[in-house]
Amino acid sequence: MSTTAPERARAAAGRLSIVDCDIHPAMRTPAELLDFLPERWRLHVQRYGARVPQPFMGTLPYPRMTPGNGMRMDAWPPGGGPPASDPDFLREQLLDTHGIDFGILQPLPAGSTTMDLDLGAALCSATNEWQLQKWCRPEPRLRASLCVPQEYPEAALAEIERRAGDRAFVQVAIPPRTIEPLGRRRYWPILEAAAAAGLPIGLHSAAYGQHANSGAGWFSYYIEEHFAFAHSLQTVVTSLVMEGAFERFPGLRVVIIEGGFAWAPPLAWRLDQHWARMRDEVPHVKRPPSEYIREHVWFTTQPIEEPENPADLLDTIGWVGADRLMFSTDYPHWDFDDPRFVFKVTLPPEQRRAIFGANARALYRLD
Amino acid sequence: MSAATLGREASVDLDAIDCDIHPEPPRRADLLPYLDEYWQEAATTRDVDRLDLTSYPINSPLAMRPDWRPQPGDGTSALDRVRRDVLDHFGLRFGILNCLYGAQAMFNEHFGGALCRATNDWIARHWLDPEPRLRASIVVSLQDPVAAAAEIERLAPDRRFVQVLALAMGEKPLGRRYYWPIFEAAVRHGIPLGIHAGSMVRHAPTQSGFPSYLIEDYTGQTQGFAAQVLSLIAEGVFVKFPGLRVVLIESGVTWMPSLMWRMSKDWRGVRTEVPWVKTPPASIMRQHVRMTTAPFDAPPDPADLGRILAHLGSDEMLLFATDYPHWQFDGDAVLPAGLPDAARRKILLENALQTYPRLRETGS
Repeated sequence: MSTTAPERARAAAGRLSIVDCDIHPAMRTPAELLDFLPERWRLHVQRYGARVPQPFMGTLPYPRMTPGNGMRMDAWPPGGGPPASDPDFLREQLLDTHGIDFGILQPLPAGSTTMDLDLGAALCSATNEWQLQKWCRPEPRLRASLCVPQEYPEAALAEIERRAGDRAFVQVAIPPRTIEPLGRRRYWPILEAAAAAGLPIGLHSAAYGQHANSGAGWFSYYIEEHFAFAHSLQTVVTSLVMEGAFERFPGLRVVIIEGGFAWAPPLAWRLDQHWARMRDEVPHVKRPPSEYIREHVWFTTQPIEEPENPADLLDTIGWVGADRLMFSTDYPHWDFDDPRFVFKVTLPPEQRRAIFGANARALYRLD
Repeated sequence: MSAATLGREASVDLDAIDCDIHPEPPRRADLLPYLDEYWQEAATTRDVDRLDLTSYPINSPLAMRPDWRPQPGDGTSALDRVRRDVLDHFGLRFGILNCLYGAQAMFNEHFGGALCRATNDWIARHWLDPEPRLRASIVVSLQDPVAAAAEIERLAPDRRFVQVLALAMGEKPLGRRYYWPIFEAAVRHGIPLGIHAGSMVRHAPTQSGFPSYLIEDYTGQTQGFAAQVLSLIAEGVFVKFPGLRVVLIESGVTWMPSLMWRMSKDWRGVRTEVPWVKTPPASIMRQHVRMTTAPFDAPPDPADLGRILAHLGSDEMLLFATDYPHWQFDGDAVLPAGLPDAARRKILLENALQTYPRLRETGS
């Protein structure tokens, strides 16, 4: 149980310990990641690109509202490069300014969604190595997400096998917009391996997938797309429960990242009520769905819901459980949540400690 | 005696308006008299008879509450059962029929349109004519919005048609300009757009494809409803058609505050993308969007129900429905426990009268 000097200093000062569960590290140039790819794939990417299922090469399907595809305007490093590409500036603007003891990296390169499975596997592996070399080794406050090509389970298992022993990796990262709902059997080997390695599965909202972003077809606007990320996470939770994944893998824990959380209690109530009448369709689901969700699912806070009456959020926190919420900033994106202002209502001190740091420390075994 | 019948009184006088009753869908033989010669032959030679939606397998618990399932040989007609089980039993002032039938989902828009027109005529003759307490939604083929608008025009003079019906998951999000002829016709005749649970199955119901189980498909309908509300607001439908009311039918209720909170917050950040949206989306939802109460998806502790109403921030959004014969509640527990009395009265009657102007007309 070693603690860092800044931690001890903060503890002595009685300051709130903060863990940021959603930081997006960036490459200064695309070539930065290519350096971690074998020659064969470097040439492939140069010639054919890393193709993902959306119309535009190398940018997002729904253009964001600020430069850099939705960046905080003040996050551009003075020394050049895109936001969150300069470790020194990230350290200064995020970790030091806000007193963040640990930050969990959520890289967003295309490895998990690229259509060429072999390329996807190579990109995931390169992304993992890049996290270690560029971020975690030089800055021990930062921890990595183990990116895997979930549509290619053999390669995903190999990557978990190779890296799960490195404590810099605190979760297995899978985008929620998988080709099939995540609870289906094709993904069980990955769920099993993650549970066996003691790693939660982190599901971060994803900008592309192979299916329309609503059951009524494609949206026109970013404001629609952005909300609908929450739907992809609702699908994950529903599928894991209804396929019996939590029965099969009792050690499986999942983290819902950048999807909000106010939808979770109503979803649990709805699942319980319909399960009560249709449980013979899913006999492998032995208990009310809400119980599995309460035990196995964590939520990061950003983009936090903001009721018109701020105190309404206390109801939601009570229903979700303050022990299942983990603070996140989403740095350096435009809708960054600042730890000083994220809650518009005063939380009881115990909930505050839990949500800002203690829950993430326990789940990710950060101490 | 099944669980569903426990706690059932001989009758309950709610003096309410039931905004979601499902008539048993028509068979080919029912529709043939309302089809022209070409479609009569097509329906017959091409074996189009039952078009039940995959969203509601007929023998599933969802599709029919056990004590509402017709017993073999009991000799009652579908209309008799609606009278006995809902209209009489709950002392209803009106009941609105939403016919869930595959005509709305056909790929051939001409065939679908013909079957929808026949369905509407069949509903008028076989349900509305014999039972003055019944009203109905106009079913249309959404693949052809111009033809759908024409169908609204054709039926609008019959004041017993009080709404036009869409499914929660169709070909495109409903706010798209493509559908505006339908909204124009609806507003011209003072009828709301009803959006009912169900899918035309043009797209996977989730962003991760097709889930394995009906319970996933059904619980996931809320995603379709939320998508339609997002689309209608973002595309500016309520700016263009300020008189339009939208009723989410069989949508569940308790998910709505999370959409209100997030969409209003996002709008503050990115409203330059949709500059025609001038007011916070949550206010637009309160003004234009209504939801039926079955299912409600209420919290387990009735004491929390008042919090949900507070989060909604309006006592005008909820419209009573039994969702007959779908199994959403047991016995006579038509509304979740914990509703304040004042809200109860509005939900049972007044909100529906406000939402459906045609229900305020008397002496029909």
